[in-house]
Amino acid sequence: MRFAPHGGSCGHSCCLRVENVSVRIGSDSILKDVNLHVHCGEMVALIGPNGAGKSTFLKTVLGEREYEGIIAFSEPGQRSKKPRIGYVPQSPNFDPSDPVSVADLFACCMSKRPAFLGLSKSMRETVLECLERVHGTDLIDKRVGTLSGGELQRVLLALALEPMPNILILDEPLSGVDVEGMETLMDMLDEIRKTYDLSILMTTHDFSMLPRYADQVVLIDHAVLIKGSPETVLNSEEFSRAFHMKGGRA
Amino acid sequence: MSIWYMICNALPIEMLHWDFMKNALLALLLMAPLFGLMSTMIVTGRMSFFSDALGHSAFTGIAIGSIFGLAAPTWAAVLFSVAFALLFSYVRSKSNQAADTIIGVFSSSAVALGIFVATLGGGSFTKYNKYLIGDILSVTPAEIGMLALTLVAVVIFWILFSNRLSLTAIHPQLASSRGIPVGLSQTLFTAAIAVVVTLSISSVGLLILNSLLVLPAASARNIARNLRQYHGFSVLFALFAGIGGLTVSYYLGCSAGAAISLILAAIFAVTFCFRKARA
Repeated sequence: MRFAPHGGSCGHSCCLRVENVSVRIGSDSILKDVNLHVHCGEMVALIGPNGAGKSTFLKTVLGEREYEGIIAFSEPGQRSKKPRIGYVPQSPNFDPSDPVSVADLFACCMSKRPAFLGLSKSMRETVLECLERVHGTDLIDKRVGTLSGGELQRVLLALALEPMPNILILDEPLSGVDVEGMETLMDMLDEIRKTYDLSILMTTHDFSMLPRYADQVVLIDHAVLIKGSPETVLNSEEFSRAFHMKGGRA
Repeated sequence: MSIWYMICNALPIEMLHWDFMKNALLALLLMAPLFGLMSTMIVTGRMSFFSDALGHSAFTGIAIGSIFGLAAPTWAAVLFSVAFALLFSYVRSKSNQAADTIIGVFSSSAVALGIFVATLGGGSFTKYNKYLIGDILSVTPAEIGMLALTLVAVVIFWILFSNRLSLTAIHPQLASSRGIPVGLSQTLFTAAIAVVVTLSISSVGLLILNSLLVLPAASARNIARNLRQYHGFSVLFALFAGIGGLTVSYYLGCSAGAAISLILAAIFAVTFCFRKARA
């Protein structure tokens, strides 16, 4: 993965710039000339039909795909650098029989001390602090395989926020979460981005939440079809054509 | 060894008056934590049949080592097993077929090659029986020394890599997003299983080896709520079954490996009944 050596011309204080990014797998063009700026504290939703290249785009930003073009992150007064990315994977299926507690999961990710020896007192306090950010301290001793969809997303979110990233990327965070859980999760993301001035980039198939929470919606189908405010995109011709609808669901 | 013999002589236990029983007990006390630890990751990573296939490849390695007249066929077997494990990992990563299908391909090929090499030119298969059934009672002090070294190496490996291995086994994509080299971790663990399986095969036997690599953790999973309990129960069950199986075999005159496996199966049955007790 290549990052641009110098900051770009974006006027915002910090910004993830994706410029003319194309991804090919063999002879297939998965993404073509994608341009996107994600600013600090901004929530950007990536939408598109199945197979449009949303997950490929996230993997490209995560550095797991070869690409052409520029992906750069700049902060005020600093040269462009590789951004620290917090990532919440799509529909994470944990084996319900796995004897792995939430505390173990954090220890495996964050601690040098082997998790099978148990958590040190200070590590347990750190895990509780992380879970406090998502109002989930009561989940610390639960097994990950027994968590509900909403609880699991909150735990993975807490994990992605330690260490605090520059950008938070969530792949379909609302799938497998009930309506009440969706609101809780979106409220939490809203609170976190405001508190930590964090950029959030997420893919979703649930458009009902977008007008309330997203600053920018990007509709892609191998290329950016349209981007703008939720109202602009959800009421656009491009949106109707992409999802074979007569109008937006917003 | 002399310290161990002195401890055994001081104990008022009849079966420990025999040197072969002292050796067997010490070997089991070393092997139990080894299998207990390894089995946690094998079961979590859904590699139960893979370790079985590795046992078959170790047997093939021993047959090849013998046919070429190597002084120590065990080392030929270790090399063959590690090569087999790495080749398997490579094919699995490149193929879109299910892992159990690939395991079937490798396992049957390894057994066929082993029997082919062992019987080439009208050779007798009888001398390989000890690798099939195993005989813990004939374990030598040199083999015990090798087991002790292996245990130390595995414990060090576990302390350094178990967090990464656990996360890779639980959720590879999450592990990858945290910067863990998933492919390298899996390859290292695969090679470690290959070495442990091969070094234990003459003592425990191919047929019973896999139950020791699966049952301790499978039983522990029934009742454990976190990784600490998981590892603790797994090692405890392996130790209990090891000592219990050796005692049963001494008094009933049966195979120690089979007795150990049956005790582990009984532990699984009991813990299965208590599985709903955990949160």
